[in-house]
Amino acid sequence: MRRLGAWWALLALLGGVALAFTVGRTPVSLADFWALLWGEGDAALQTVVWDIRAPRIVAAVAVGAGLAVAGAAFQGLFRNPLVSPDILGASAGAALGALLGIFFSLGIAGIQMAAFVGGLLAVGVVYAVGSTVRQGDPVLALLLTGIVVGSLLGAGIGLVKTLADPYNQLPAMTFWLLGSLAGAHAEDLPALLLPTGLGMGLLLLLRWRLDVMSLPEEEARALGARTTLLRLAIVAAATLVTAASVAAAGIVGWVGLVVPHLARFLVGPSFVRLLPASALLGGSFLLLIDTLARSMATVEVPLGILTALVGSPFFIALLRRAQKGWA
Amino acid sequence: MTVRLRAHELSVGYAQQRVGSGLSLALSAGEVLALLGPNGCGKTTWLKTLLGLLPAYAGAVELEGRPLAQWGLAERARCMAYVPQGQASTFGFTALEMVLMGRTAHLGLLARPSLRDREIALEALQRLGIGHLAQRSVHQMSGGERQLVLIGRALAQQPRVVLLDEPTASLDFGNQGVVLRAVRNLASQGLAVLFTTHDPNQALRCANHAILMRAGQVQRSGPVREVVTAESLQALYGTPVVQVPAHCSQPAVYLPEY
Repeated sequence: MRRLGAWWALLALLGGVALAFTVGRTPVSLADFWALLWGEGDAALQTVVWDIRAPRIVAAVAVGAGLAVAGAAFQGLFRNPLVSPDILGASAGAALGALLGIFFSLGIAGIQMAAFVGGLLAVGVVYAVGSTVRQGDPVLALLLTGIVVGSLLGAGIGLVKTLADPYNQLPAMTFWLLGSLAGAHAEDLPALLLPTGLGMGLLLLLRWRLDVMSLPEEEARALGARTTLLRLAIVAAATLVTAASVAAAGIVGWVGLVVPHLARFLVGPSFVRLLPASALLGGSFLLLIDTLARSMATVEVPLGILTALVGSPFFIALLRRAQKGWA
Repeated sequence: MTVRLRAHELSVGYAQQRVGSGLSLALSAGEVLALLGPNGCGKTTWLKTLLGLLPAYAGAVELEGRPLAQWGLAERARCMAYVPQGQASTFGFTALEMVLMGRTAHLGLLARPSLRDREIALEALQRLGIGHLAQRSVHQMSGGERQLVLIGRALAQQPRVVLLDEPTASLDFGNQGVVLRAVRNLASQGLAVLFTTHDPNQALRCANHAILMRAGQVQRSGPVREVVTAESLQALYGTPVVQVPAHCSQPAVYLPEY
């Protein structure tokens, strides 16, 4: 099971991609899709598949994979399976940045930039403040600082919403906070793929060290791991990924929390297999959710609502299965 | 005998609290040293200072004749290993995955364990007689098996010195025997071994030398049968002690009176 787990995850992703290309307001049959793959077929269908669906599919897979990998890395680093990628304030910071962007009418690119920078800044502040705590467990200090700064940013978000124009700006803010990939265009993809690829690449390179970093701090150091350097690298990489995801898709909860558990269930807890499996499963999960979001009703359903609807019962089911700890 | 680890007039403690001072020891290859003392006397703090996990207030630690501060983190881990008190881990790594982590100091930052590393890890498990547990999750093991896995991880570091913090804490009767046999075997393979314990009988049966520690001070230090006596234990723990006399080659047994 554990050896085959990654193959199942890959299969799920390929199936998800095929489904996402064919399902939608303009249905595309598998035969048509096959023809389009070789550059043949109807011109209108070509536009639908390559200009509209393809960028959105790429974005969904990148955001899902990124959030799942970042979540798995943070769960290991904080030795806590209930941690998600926003634990250090990346999402809250990005949300405040985006809302300020909407508030000051910066335009799409400006809003995404503000979100990305906001996420990085928030975690930077958390890391700097957390590192000044010299006593006790540095991981706990970081975690608690993250919670404090996160709730402070939450207050800032509330303030911007109160000050916003309730007719023009507030609906946009609310929609953004619930997450959506409706605005994913080909020209926006580099801003998502570059930081996501960089962060995920670093985490994948460090994935065996993540096993060691999930041990108590002193044990890891006694084993010869440079814990301070590794922690900084892991936090930086996971934050890069999270901030880019939130900037591109808004706040999409649950993926970073639930998917690592599913992956752990498939391939076991060692990050050597867990991180690639999380990436594949996260990508397929969000792709399925996004396909649902754009095809289940005449209006787009926000992603955050669907991930919560699917994620929470799923998480309860996993909890009930995991009777002997978080194997 | 080569002295592997030496502490001289060491003061230990945390940032705002000094826990012990004037602590000295010498640990040689092939030797077992037992550190005894009541709860909270500073045993673990001393151990962590010897490992370089806590900075020393004053005094010196020398590993193989070189000041500990001059050793790099990885270099140090290749020479000296730490076996912490076995606590339940968050994630259910398999025994093999756990022991492989002992290879950290032998691998580059981005490297992953090679087949050779797996062989070393498997061999460590086999040396402890738990090769058959390699693929079992630590969540599905007894406390004794978990402790052996941690000792296996220390062996995979291929160290010359091993420090164990209460290796038999919260283990049942049978598992105490299993773990202590493993501890004694480490020394017979030429390692220098230091362990802390609450049971003076473990020191008598397992160790060559003992240090009795109370309130951050060394009370007595020397060959175990000279140091661990009814009188010294009475003074150390402040409780009356019953002695079951030595018999044939077996050392005496000491029990708290009740």
